[in-house]
Amino acid sequence: MAILITPETKILVQGITGDFGGRHAKLSLDYGTKVVAGVTPGKGGQFFEHGSHKVPIFNTVAEAAKATGATVSAIFVPPPFAADAILECVDANLDLAVAITEGIPVKDMVRVKRSMQGKKTRLVGPNCPGMVCPGEGKDSQGGCRIGIAPGYINKKGHVGVVSRSGTLTYEAVYQLTVKGIGQSTTVGIGGDPVNGTSHLDVIKLFAEDPDTHGIILIGEIGGNAEVEAARWLKANCKKPVAGFIAGATAPAGRRMGHAGAIVGGAEDTAAAKIAVFKECGIEVAATPSDMADALIRAAKAKNVKLS
Amino acid sequence: MPAMPVAHSFFSMNIHEYQAKTLFEKFGVYTSKGVAVKSGDEIDSALAKLPDGVIVVKSQIHAGGRGKGTFTDGFKGGVKVCKSKAEAKITAGKMLGNTLVTVQTGPAGRKVQTVYFTMGVSIKKEYYLAILLDRATSRPVIVASTEGGVEIEKVAHETPEKITKVFIDPAYGLADYQVRQILFGLKFNPTEQKNAAKLIRNLYTMFWETDASMVEINPLITTEGDLVEALDAKVSFDDNALFRHSEIVALRDLNEEDSKEIEASKFNLSYIALDGNIACLVNGAGLAMSTMDIIKHFGGTPANFLDVGGGASKDQVIAAFKIILGDPNVKGILVNIFGGIMDCNVIASGIVEAVKEVGLKLPLVVRLEGNNVVAGKKTLADSGLTIVSGDSMADAAQKIVNLVNNHATPL
Repeated sequence: MAILITPETKILVQGITGDFGGRHAKLSLDYGTKVVAGVTPGKGGQFFEHGSHKVPIFNTVAEAAKATGATVSAIFVPPPFAADAILECVDANLDLAVAITEGIPVKDMVRVKRSMQGKKTRLVGPNCPGMVCPGEGKDSQGGCRIGIAPGYINKKGHVGVVSRSGTLTYEAVYQLTVKGIGQSTTVGIGGDPVNGTSHLDVIKLFAEDPDTHGIILIGEIGGNAEVEAARWLKANCKKPVAGFIAGATAPAGRRMGHAGAIVGGAEDTAAAKIAVFKECGIEVAATPSDMADALIRAAKAKNVKLS
Repeated sequence: MPAMPVAHSFFSMNIHEYQAKTLFEKFGVYTSKGVAVKSGDEIDSALAKLPDGVIVVKSQIHAGGRGKGTFTDGFKGGVKVCKSKAEAKITAGKMLGNTLVTVQTGPAGRKVQTVYFTMGVSIKKEYYLAILLDRATSRPVIVASTEGGVEIEKVAHETPEKITKVFIDPAYGLADYQVRQILFGLKFNPTEQKNAAKLIRNLYTMFWETDASMVEINPLITTEGDLVEALDAKVSFDDNALFRHSEIVALRDLNEEDSKEIEASKFNLSYIALDGNIACLVNGAGLAMSTMDIIKHFGGTPANFLDVGGGASKDQVIAAFKIILGDPNVKGILVNIFGGIMDCNVIASGIVEAVKEVGLKLPLVVRLEGNNVVAGKKTLADSGLTIVSGDSMADAAQKIVNLVNNHATPL
């Protein structure tokens, strides 16, 4: 098992006929992911072909889901239309929408997030690398890859990874895989200020998942999502957790307006977040090169087998 | 714990006070009449548009702390209250073309290219009013305080009870009861309440319709006649939404932006100059931030943040090297690329060509990981160039720090 997705999950790709969406749809098909439909308004009835794969294209998400049984969408739609693409997934009652698109106006996301309250569909992203649930094959083939992350660096196993950053996630996954430690699911929640699924949401799912034995929590400066997740972990989760916070040297003046700085408060800096991690029993990676080792230390201290 | 508002800080476009006040007028946010000038020739005709009496002369730069700033020629104060138009003219002449240093500009200061004249007003009391995005609730928040003209951070820290916050449901918009919460929070008299309610509503409309990231009025003032007006204005906009606001894009002042950052943006590079001596070139914002961190961790100082995005094409690497080398403090470069999808060998070839094209003489450490990395490393090794290879981020960071700190020539 894994969280949110499994190798059997059927996905559709919104924007499959675009360069970006098309390229990654092919990589997902090569990985063995069940990409069962594409959606491009006006191109319904055509096919997206790749090798022996012939993926039907639909005009709407609702039609695509009904015809193919897809329950998850990977959204590669350009920023001006991305909010609408997310709402279309909600309307079609999909389980999950994973928005890869970078550069969606904040106001659009504020409205989308409000509109999604109480609805069935979960949003991951936007501006995120997506999710990977590794498969059993060579280089973890046969898994479910939604988004733009490299599939081959993964290995099927029992560590959950959650992060805002794409390349930092790959860094952590790669370190684990090289050491022979596999992952249950990797979730990139995205770097935007308004996003769907939070660190805490993912952490709760990992905590409940019997197949996830340890967690790597990767965060950065700004906001209090990592702190919220850490405090919840301390109170509710016995699994070993390693944490890393990027941005200790980031210039504060560059990122925040005047009113923002107030309010960012004391828990906004890297130093403050790292202090909270330590207080909550999270093994802190001193550098990004230390992420997998930090989890190994945490697992050893709790006598938990990661692989 | 109640959510604390945090400015979404990612990328936003700033405008000048005089431009913000023009927008205020358009949206019905009351502010005193003012006129901006860009050269000495325009001063007389500008002042003629204002009534006689006290004139406030305000340097227009994208940085706070203007009033307490000092010009590089020793002239004190970027905002001056003048008793007459004659005095205002002399003062404006001293500011225009002069460089103003404030707590927010850094020691180099900013050249004042525009001066703004406003009518003097008699202030009864100063307040604080801002609208921004609250990250924790994903909603706009209005922050208001009875303490204006001072640093709001200080008020929040020392007397949080003097701050009123209302979180706005984007599905409904600003509700009447929320406006009343602010009005009572600021303890306005009935006439002031009426005037302030209109100002707050219109300011929210402007925030929402222009895709602003933040609007801040500090101070908001009341006058003896119970008028409520924006004495200052600081407004920034969400970069992601500029595609639908050509009227806002037209307000952009490139003189206020770092020329290297503008150059970088042409190549889809995200670059921020810092004051260290080890430059870095990285793919991905999180990895770029943590590359800066790891340089510091091993005793070096980062010269910049530079994110080349998902890929790292030859043209981007060449552009990045040129921008990096434009900083005279740079003594070494660390390239850190996790080639997840991209072929590391293609990236390596791009780096080799870029090094040749720019004639790089400084120590260069390259850490490549990911797809086809063995071939990539071989390309670097066979290039005949003095490129040091790093195995992990930690290894690469230690190598560049040693090379720079020991002033050693690379292998």
